[in-house]
Amino acid sequence: MESNQANPSILCSPEGSQRTLYPYVTGTSVVALKYKDGILMAADMGGSYGSTLRYKSVERMKPIGKHSLLGASGEISDFQELLKYLDELVLYDNMWDDGNSLGPKEIHNYLTRVMYNRRNKFNPLWNSLVLGGVKNGEKYLGMVSMIGVNFEDNHVATGFGNHLARPILRDEWREDLSFEEGVKLLEKCMRVLLYRDRSAVNKLQIAKITGEGITISQPYSLKTFWGFSAFQNPTAGAEGSW
Amino acid sequence: MSKLAMDVPAKGGFSFDLCKRNAMLAKDGVQLPPFRKTGTTIVGLIYQDGVVLGADTRATEGPIVADKNCEKIHYLAPNIYCCGAGTAADTEAVTDMVSAQLQLHRYHTGRESRVVTALTYLKRHLFSYQGHVSAALVLGGVDFTGPHLHTIYPHGSTDTLPYATMGSGSLAAMAIFESKYKEGLTRDEGVQLVTEAICAGIFNDLGSGSNVDICVITKGSKEYLRNHLQPNPRTYVTPKEYTFSKKTEVLSTLVTTLKERVEVVEAGDKMEE
Repeated sequence: MESNQANPSILCSPEGSQRTLYPYVTGTSVVALKYKDGILMAADMGGSYGSTLRYKSVERMKPIGKHSLLGASGEISDFQELLKYLDELVLYDNMWDDGNSLGPKEIHNYLTRVMYNRRNKFNPLWNSLVLGGVKNGEKYLGMVSMIGVNFEDNHVATGFGNHLARPILRDEWREDLSFEEGVKLLEKCMRVLLYRDRSAVNKLQIAKITGEGITISQPYSLKTFWGFSAFQNPTAGAEGSW
Repeated sequence: MSKLAMDVPAKGGFSFDLCKRNAMLAKDGVQLPPFRKTGTTIVGLIYQDGVVLGADTRATEGPIVADKNCEKIHYLAPNIYCCGAGTAADTEAVTDMVSAQLQLHRYHTGRESRVVTALTYLKRHLFSYQGHVSAALVLGGVDFTGPHLHTIYPHGSTDTLPYATMGSGSLAAMAIFESKYKEGLTRDEGVQLVTEAICAGIFNDLGSGSNVDICVITKGSKEYLRNHLQPNPRTYVTPKEYTFSKKTEVLSTLVTTLKERVEVVEAGDKMEE
């Protein structure tokens, strides 16, 4: 592990600044989908330090401006850095005071440029970002990876969510989901992630963006089911096997 | 008197003799050839009367589909079947071997084979090869103690589960199982759920594809539904055949008969010694 203190000799030498080589405190998957009135996004509140679940109240979804919501998985400190950049961006936009405001498409584009640029300097921001928003009635949901790959889709997921949540979403997502159906679908995905992702915590938030505004729910936990009779005595009838 | 060093028959298991040589070669920069994962989705689940096993039918060699309709559900005994993921040769060979051992065991005991017997044969073999036999198996069957479903990993560990998935598409299939499995499924619900799980693997994992094979095992009977579902038909087939309109004309015909150049010898003495 490298020390992150500013070391003058390193900064002056040709191998100048240090680069991000591995993430330290990471967040796990974010899952999001478009529904009838806007976007729904879910993320749990865990920040893992390697294999320890160290922080259990990390908010990995934040509203950006009036129209967008950013969710991030990966290195938490890089996410916080991105929030600073976006704060500045939104501030400058507000200072124009021209009645227009940055929409999700613009912020998605900005994030893509930032991520791709950092990747080209071999100093990436170690995140997978999900950007969703509604502006002028148009819903937008996109994703940017840490190397700058970006795309737009009706449902996205990061990290483990790609393997576990996307098959479910591909099967069951429809154009005109109501709010309750959307939340149920997201909870289904988050439950599977809770069962099968080792860095998942049972404390999640669901965020909703519509034309009216952004709300992020209070943290809550999902009900899990462990009562299969096969789990009570797994090796009944197969004595000697584990 | 020379002592025969090979008095005792060679014991099975992994021989570590070449490890030192491999380490030396690795230090000199010689790379081991990479193991080829064949990419698969295999699943099994227990329903109220027995076991349903499912598998996709794609066998890959790196990025190429080597066999687009292979059989991944292997026969072990009339009441026991095994799906195999990993290196195709390994799964084929190990299931063949254990199938033969089970047959001999049946003759020896005069009874129907039990699933734990197959499990123990497979796990002992795989463990003794320390994971180098790259076979990940989903073993299912019904014997007189009831329906059983086990997963066996290449290193020899096993799990006994009500529903299981293995292979590169296992996460997609497990997502379906975790969200939809419940106890006491009927046969049709079980087959439907297994088909959905394999389809999730086929459409969301690049290492799996083509068709869905199903095997339903209950007490006293089994149904092997080869290509139960074919969700990837050839879409663009030319409706008309190839026609060759211009035929070559025959200008003239000349037939030359073959001349005999071999003399037939009478009273063939040459053949008799």
